[in-house]
Amino acid sequence: MTAEVAPKPKKLVIICYSGELEKTWATMILASTAGAMEMETTVFVTFWGLQTFVKDKKRITGENWMQKMMSFMQRPGASHRPLSKMNFMGMGPWMMFKLAKKYNVSKPKELLEMSQQMGVTFLPCQMTMDMFGLKREDLIDGMGDPVGAATALQLMTEADSTLFI
Amino acid sequence: MEIKLKVDASGLSCPLPILKASQGMKTVEQGELIEVIATDPGSVKDFAAWATSTGHALVESSAADGKFRFVLRHK
Repeated sequence: MTAEVAPKPKKLVIICYSGELEKTWATMILASTAGAMEMETTVFVTFWGLQTFVKDKKRITGENWMQKMMSFMQRPGASHRPLSKMNFMGMGPWMMFKLAKKYNVSKPKELLEMSQQMGVTFLPCQMTMDMFGLKREDLIDGMGDPVGAATALQLMTEADSTLFI
Repeated sequence: MEIKLKVDASGLSCPLPILKASQGMKTVEQGELIEVIATDPGSVKDFAAWATSTGHALVESSAADGKFRFVLRHK
């Protein structure tokens, strides 16, 4: 008698590079759906993407004045993402969230939380953390250990599908 | 066979019907059935794709009165 072997789950790797609302939304929709599709999903979070993963209540991050200034100019957190076009000092995102509520579309932050519940792994980029002066406690709970480009590339070569957003 | 769990995803947009179905599927045992009701027309193809990808069987996919009904069996 032969035991039935379960098919190997498909692997997806997303490089989350951008911090704008529209791209963050795409990342979170695809990550959460991949989790629901029982794909082994890893999101490598780097550069402006990492701003999305700073806790919403954090206002100023960083150790030196330049890092602090950067966080002051671009408010971190999943709920504070600007649009790359028609941001209008936050009016654009405000209207997007109004429309999302009207049409029962989940916000990026809600999709991020669902992704984590579905076992999606989010790996912060160590170099980005250093450059922006971000500490582990600045980032949301449940992220993996910080890694670098080599880990990201190794995951990508072993994946069935990769995305750079 | 009786439906073990009913998931109402009416009014919800993509990808929420799939996410709700996935969360529901985790609460039932192997071979048990769940029913999902959705109003998102995209969900017809999405549930077929989800079943193909996960291996859960799509037992029924039907439409009536502007609502879509999916019955899925846990693999």
